[in-house]
Amino acid sequence: MSLENNNTPYVILYFFRWYCHPDFVEDLEGDLIERYQLRKIDKGNYNAYWNLIRDVLALFRPGIIKSFERSQKLNYYGMLKHDLLIGWRSLLKNKGYAFLNIGGLTIGLTVSILIGLWVHDELSFNKFHQNYDRIARVLRHEVYNGEHETNAVMTTGMGSLIAQEYENRFDGVAMVRQRIEERLLIHNDEKFNSKGYFMQPMAPKMLSLKMVRGTQSGLDDMLSIMLSESLSEKFFGKENPIGKLVEMDGADGLKVTGVYEDLPKNTTYCDASFIAPLDYYLYGWSDLNVWDNYNMHILVQLKAETNLEETSKAIESAILPHLGERTKSRNPSFFLQPMNEWNLYGEFKDGKPIISERMKFVIFYALIGVFILILACINFMNLSTARASKRMKEIGVRKSMGALRGKLTFQFLCESFIVTFLALTAAILLTFLLLPGFNIISSKQLVMPWTNFSFWLTIFVFSLFTAILSGSYPAFYLSSLDPIRSLKGTFKPGRFSAIPRKALVVFQFSISTLLIIGTLIVKQQIDHAKNRPAGYEKDRLISLRASSPDYWGKYDLLRDRLKGTGVVDEIAESNYSVTSHLGWNEGIEWQGKDPNYIPVFNTVRVTPEYAKTIGLEFQAGRDFSRELITDESTVIINESAAKLLKGMKLPLVGQTIDFDNGNFNGSQFKIVGIVKDMVKGSPFANSFPSILFPTKKDQGWLYIKVNANVPLRDALYKIEKTYGEVIPGAPFDFRFADEEYNAKFQEEEKIASLAWVLAGLAIFISSLGLFGLVSYVAEQRTKEIGIRKVLGASVMQLWSMLSGEFVLLVGISCLIAIPISWYFMQEWLSQYDYKIEISAWILILGGASSLILTILTVSFKTLMTSRLNPVESLRDE
Amino acid sequence: MSRYQLGEFEEVVMLTVAILYGDAYGIAIIDEMENRLGRKVSIGSLQTVLRRLEDKGLLQSEFGEATKIRGGKRKRFFTVTSLGKKMLENAKDQRLSLWDAIPKIAFNE
Repeated sequence: MSLENNNTPYVILYFFRWYCHPDFVEDLEGDLIERYQLRKIDKGNYNAYWNLIRDVLALFRPGIIKSFERSQKLNYYGMLKHDLLIGWRSLLKNKGYAFLNIGGLTIGLTVSILIGLWVHDELSFNKFHQNYDRIARVLRHEVYNGEHETNAVMTTGMGSLIAQEYENRFDGVAMVRQRIEERLLIHNDEKFNSKGYFMQPMAPKMLSLKMVRGTQSGLDDMLSIMLSESLSEKFFGKENPIGKLVEMDGADGLKVTGVYEDLPKNTTYCDASFIAPLDYYLYGWSDLNVWDNYNMHILVQLKAETNLEETSKAIESAILPHLGERTKSRNPSFFLQPMNEWNLYGEFKDGKPIISERMKFVIFYALIGVFILILACINFMNLSTARASKRMKEIGVRKSMGALRGKLTFQFLCESFIVTFLALTAAILLTFLLLPGFNIISSKQLVMPWTNFSFWLTIFVFSLFTAILSGSYPAFYLSSLDPIRSLKGTFKPGRFSAIPRKALVVFQFSISTLLIIGTLIVKQQIDHAKNRPAGYEKDRLISLRASSPDYWGKYDLLRDRLKGTGVVDEIAESNYSVTSHLGWNEGIEWQGKDPNYIPVFNTVRVTPEYAKTIGLEFQAGRDFSRELITDESTVIINESAAKLLKGMKLPLVGQTIDFDNGNFNGSQFKIVGIVKDMVKGSPFANSFPSILFPTKKDQGWLYIKVNANVPLRDALYKIEKTYGEVIPGAPFDFRFADEEYNAKFQEEEKIASLAWVLAGLAIFISSLGLFGLVSYVAEQRTKEIGIRKVLGASVMQLWSMLSGEFVLLVGISCLIAIPISWYFMQEWLSQYDYKIEISAWILILGGASSLILTILTVSFKTLMTSRLNPVESLRDE
Repeated sequence: MSRYQLGEFEEVVMLTVAILYGDAYGIAIIDEMENRLGRKVSIGSLQTVLRRLEDKGLLQSEFGEATKIRGGKRKRFFTVTSLGKKMLENAKDQRLSLWDAIPKIAFNE
């Protein structure tokens, strides 16, 4: 009988030891061995061996084997849990600071998300169209009076030529009337002035219009029309409009052949409420093989394997032989531009693409978004490092217990992760709530991409970046504190430890002041343009598009009847609206003109009462007169036009210009009057050099000047009644000239309102951070202030002692921000012809307002602390 | 604690531990149970029950002597705690009160 241990099968026991809970190993192993030995004696080796295996397997069950959790407690997971817990507790302990931090970051993140959505929308322009990367339009560089110009407007001849010669290169070619056209559409009694495009039959397919009804080939017949879903609903409600007739300008019935979903706003053709055949547009006055009238955009859809550059060259070589001498002398060259580049890459200078205004906006807003986020991150950095002394004991204890610096860094990073995560959650909610308002000021149709994976990925990466950016400096700083001194309580942050913090405050306020000054200057520039003399009387002037054929030939009758009502001072007509950019002509000659000098004039045909109706101011000469027969061949020019008439004998009134265009009466025109410049195009640009040609024929636009002594509502009522009697077919669909004029400021006002919001947020976030810092400093120095008060310091002295430092910092920021903002705003203003000079006082005002805001923020806390009764502040201890 | 009801196997194990007073370690408990009750007990199920009862505070244990036959490993001796005793008495009283409540006629054929 042997009781030697070495008889026990150790392999099996090794297995047992591996799985068994360390607390039970000894006694259980003893039991196993004892049983094995006893069995060996009783029943023999074989039986004992198998029974041992059975016992070991029977013990392999929960309760006996090692706990997974306990065996893994030594790794990072537990530490992470701990760090998160401590981070959470320190947030709860300092609710005020947590609020400042999370609030600031929430605003920063919300702004970034909103701007991110905006930028994404800009970058995805025209990408709604399926083949956006293969659809291109033909562009042309040419040299004009020594200046390079780039233009997308072509002749119908060019488009037809491209379509014929290079059929094999393209999946489709379509010409599109270059600008959106407004037409009066009528069905039964419903009349709507609608805007739409005239396109060739291939266009709907190329643009991959989503059809609600009908097919994409709806433009094949000349007398057809496709309606947008919204227009179709206005006319027909829920009914199926296919096959119904819609009259265009009361002339022809066009058969509705399709209804397409409205195009999203970030596409070129988003305003198209109808699409009609180009053939219909040209019918009766032009055709598809004209080479001297530039009025078309040419769209091509390249085959997948076709090369853009090479095709551009081929197009150029095909078109050049067909051009006239004068056109050729401008040295034209042709190229293709894909659809997605039309918006952001649509500007050229000297034949080269330049960064467009739109692109500058995108970059500008993206930068502001990043800056505002950085401002919020700085708040976190400053508040955490400033409050380092509060946590010195904790750090000291951790370090003496053996925490490595890396672990401490990680712990503080965890805190910034918690803050960022909370801020992010709030920011996403806030973005969702603010989006409708944001859409209004930015005139976009942004939606929250809840289900978009790349959106969440971007958000995630961005918040990771935010957390690391705001957390890394405090983590680095706090984990560097010396444990012995911090535990002893003798640790005083050195004189220089506050310098990075001060630098960050200066940075924050420089950015904020920069934005404030920028906003003030934008505002001033807009006001400046708004106060610019328009050159005509906008008040009580209404305009109508003479859109019905019933209207022709009734001008005199209408004029007599309207004047008869007593509420109308005068009426007039012109071929283009007074606020329009259109109607440019060259080829005007005069005696003494340099033959190489080819100026371009804005030519407008008007009825003789035009100047009187819209209230042009005469500088010299006289108005047209209906009574004088010779007045058919006279013109009125404006001051800008007078400046272009170089070499003409003075005085200009009484001189003659030659203009043989065929569209005007005769070829020689005597200048009878000079009027002051009128603002037709952008109020920020130079005035157009205009020449007014008198005509007695009907023109497209009707102007009515309402008598100033009659209430406007009564007057409009009477005018509408009379108008309806004279021209029963036409709707009285008028516009106020002053409203149209104000619409010219839309773009700039949009910038201004966004700038206000962003500048306001920047200064708000910076002030939040400053408030946090001041509160901390004031809290730290409560005792000192108490003692100073006991010794006789006044509230004012204490206030200036506490506030002085911060005011100084913001003062430095102003000194930095003023020259920088001057430089940038000078750049911004240089794009305008009509602009303000940046005056010193506006720079000072910007700086002063951020200083005043600082003083208010700081004083709120410092005054409170200074006024504390010293008995209160010195009491504890 | 009063909510907790001992299982049948738990009760038997605790009673056996009490019987073996001072000498109740793994193998002894198994042997005693097999001898007295004539039922097969696996070491795995016994050991889990012992640990569970110890966690609940019904048993307590301490290491005893090491013998050569055990390869020099110490035995773990279990004893019933006073809480365990209370639970056992409780269980017994419940059973007895149930027995008492049985009308004589039920088991009288």
